[in-house]
Amino acid sequence: MACFLVPAGEAIVTTIAQKVMEKKARGGEAPNIMGLKWSRRLSWLNKLLWGGSLLLALEHVWHGEVVPWPPFLTAMENPADVAPMLHEMVTIGSAMAVAITAIWAIAIAIMEFRAKSKLEIQPIPASGGNK
Amino acid sequence: MWLIMTALAAIITTVIWYAKSPGDKYKLGLLSSMFWGGTIMWLVDHVMAYLTEGGEFFEVNLDATMLGLSVIILALCVWIIVLLVSDPKGVLKRASKG
Repeated sequence: MACFLVPAGEAIVTTIAQKVMEKKARGGEAPNIMGLKWSRRLSWLNKLLWGGSLLLALEHVWHGEVVPWPPFLTAMENPADVAPMLHEMVTIGSAMAVAITAIWAIAIAIMEFRAKSKLEIQPIPASGGNK
Repeated sequence: MWLIMTALAAIITTVIWYAKSPGDKYKLGLLSSMFWGGTIMWLVDHVMAYLTEGGEFFEVNLDATMLGLSVIILALCVWIIVLLVSDPKGVLKRASKG
């Protein structure tokens, strides 16, 4: 009914967070061990959330659940449909947002772990030298 | 059906993005992210609907196939607009200069 609005709402929040971080980074945010800034990592999450929400919005338009005239959601036209719509947003919408965020967090964690283990494997150059 | 088609599009674009990496001149990362975002969200939707309502997991019919195609076309349109606006090869810039 309107489950895609939850990840879209998260996308708005993370986009604002990314813009704020980019502004702060102009002062000189140090890249982490992977050479990546937080704003860059957040941009990946934003792409997943915005892209997914856009494609799901098309599906909702296709199924007649979203219309281009107010109130835009057909479930809002009938008061009896409002509660099921909100229930779907809370259950399925939240699950979608959590799944996307969890997959993104796992991907970031794996990349950081690999970068760290690579640094540990690299031999430390000997000081001085031997003949 | 649209879940399968979007997942397939996500896999194909990711393979192309990986083959072209480390550079992402043509913004294939954006395209694959859009497809992966849709795939994950629809997967969650399908799993939850299957667990609560039962029925068929995949809807295989002409309407679902047309929706899958429309989803792919929309993502490609967004990607092309972003690509042309950023104009990484400077083609539009040169064309506008004559």
